[in-house]
Amino acid sequence: MIRLLLFAATRFLVGGHPRWQGSEPTSRQRIYFANHGSHLDTVLLWSALPPDLRETTHPVAAADYWGRNALARFVSTHVLNAVLLQRRPKKGEDPLRPLRDILDSGESLIIFPEGTRGDEPLPRGFKGGLHHLARDYPRAELIPVYLENLSRAWPKGTLIPVPISCSVRFGPPLPFAPDEAKPAFLDRARQAVVALA
Amino acid sequence: MDPRFLWLFAGVGGILLVASIIGAILSRTVKSEGGRETVRNLNERVRAWWVMVAIFGIAFVFGKVVTLVLFGLTSFYCLREFISLTPTRPADHGALAIAFYIFLPLQYYLIGIDWLALFSIAIPVYAFLLLPVAAAVRGETADFLMRTAKIQWALMLTVYCISHAPALLILNIPGYEGQNFLLLFFLVTVVQLSDVLQYVFGKLFGRHKVAPRVSPAKTWEGLIGGGLSAIAVGAGLWWITPFTPLEAAGMAAAIVIAGFCGGIVLSAVKRSLGAKDWGTMIEGHGGALDRMDSVSFAAPLFFHLCNYFFAA
Repeated sequence: MIRLLLFAATRFLVGGHPRWQGSEPTSRQRIYFANHGSHLDTVLLWSALPPDLRETTHPVAAADYWGRNALARFVSTHVLNAVLLQRRPKKGEDPLRPLRDILDSGESLIIFPEGTRGDEPLPRGFKGGLHHLARDYPRAELIPVYLENLSRAWPKGTLIPVPISCSVRFGPPLPFAPDEAKPAFLDRARQAVVALA
Repeated sequence: MDPRFLWLFAGVGGILLVASIIGAILSRTVKSEGGRETVRNLNERVRAWWVMVAIFGIAFVFGKVVTLVLFGLTSFYCLREFISLTPTRPADHGALAIAFYIFLPLQYYLIGIDWLALFSIAIPVYAFLLLPVAAAVRGETADFLMRTAKIQWALMLTVYCISHAPALLILNIPGYEGQNFLLLFFLVTVVQLSDVLQYVFGKLFGRHKVAPRVSPAKTWEGLIGGGLSAIAVGAGLWWITPFTPLEAAGMAAAIVIAGFCGGIVLSAVKRSLGAKDWGTMIEGHGGALDRMDSVSFAAPLFFHLCNYFFAA
C-alpha cells in the first residue's frame, strides 16, 4: 500500500521510464550499479524493475541517512527492500557484510558506487566496494545503470523535487577480469555508466 | 440536460468511429514504408482524439471543478515536458518549484473563484517578476537571462495560455448563461479538426512547404484546404454558440490561424531544444504538448475575442 503510493507519487513527478539498452530483465543474480544524484534514485531504479524482480533485488542505502530514525528505517528496509550500509564502519568490521549476506543467498543488489550524491549529471570516481563484490561474486552479472535527469529534478541541498521526466537506462553487462587492477576496473565501470548518458 | 450536448457527443463519436474503421482498414491494406508511417501517425491522432472526447465527456458530466482539474493536469504534463527538454541548472530549482507548486495551481484556482482580473496578470506580472528573483538569490549568474526566459516561456505557454480554454467557462455572455461549456467545445473542436484536416490535406495535396526547416509537414495546400474545411465546420456549429453563422466563421478563422501559428512556433522552440517530439522522454508516445501546441495560441485569442465582443 505505502509502496504503491510511493510509486504513484514518483511516477507523477518524475516518470522514470525504464529503458533496457543491452540487457534484459532476468532473474539471474545481478549487481546493478548507478550514478547517484538525488534521494529519489533508490525508489526510481527499484521501481523501474519488473515487480517479480523487485522481491529479490535489494538497494543498498546509507545507514546514517536511511537508518536515522524509525520512519526512515521502516521505509528503506520494509517498503524499498533495502539493506543498510555503514559508511563509517567500526575498526575490524567488514562494512560489506550485509551486502555479502544478500549475495550469498543468491539475490541481487543495487549499489551507488560514488558513495554519496553528486552535483553533476555525470558520476564522479567510484569507491572500491564494487570491485570487492565483483571479485568475490564472479557469478553475479554487473549491470551499469544511468539515471537521467534526476540530479536536475531533485538537486542536492534542496527540500522538494520538481517534476522533470527522468529515465532509467540499463546497459550491457560489464565483464570482470580477475587480473585487472582495481583502479582500472573502477574507471571502466564508471565509463560504462557514462556511456549510457 | 441540454439535448444539444447529446447530439454533439453522438456526432463526434460517430465521426471518430468512422475514422477508426478507416484507420483499421488502411493499416491492413497499405504496404509501402512511407504509407505505413502515415497510417500509424493518423491512427495515433485518432486514438488521442478518443481520449480527448472521453475527457470532455467526463468534464461535462462532472462540471467546472473537474474541467479545471483536467486542464490543470494537462498544463502540468505540458510544463513537465517543456522543462524536461530545457537544460536547467540546480540554481533554477527554486524558480521551478515556484512555477510548478504555486503558479500552476493558482492560475486554475483563480478561474475556479471567478477572479478574472488576477487570472489575467498573475503569471505575466507576478510570476515574471518573482521567478528571476528566486533564481538571482541563488547567486548563479551564468546564462541568467536565457535561463529565466526559458522558465518564463514555459510557464506562459503551458499554463497561462492553455488555462484560457477553461477560462471560457467564467465569461459572462448575456443570453448565453449556463451554456459556456459549448464555447469550450467549439474551441477544441475547431482547433483539433483544423490540425487533423491540415495534416490530411497536406498528405493528399501538399506540394509547397510553409516553413520547411521548422515544420516540414506543414504545407500551404494543407493550411488552406484543412483550414477552410475547419472554418466551414466551425460556421456550421454556430447554433451552439452565441455567434451568427458569419461570426462563427470569423471566430473559427481566428482559431485556425492562431492554431497554425502555435504549431510552427512551438515546433521552432522544440527544435531549438534539439528534439523532434515533445514526448521523446518516453519512447513510442507523442508528447502532450504536441497535441496542445495549437490550443496554447488559439485559446487566449478566442477568449479575448469572446470577452471583447460578446461578454457583458
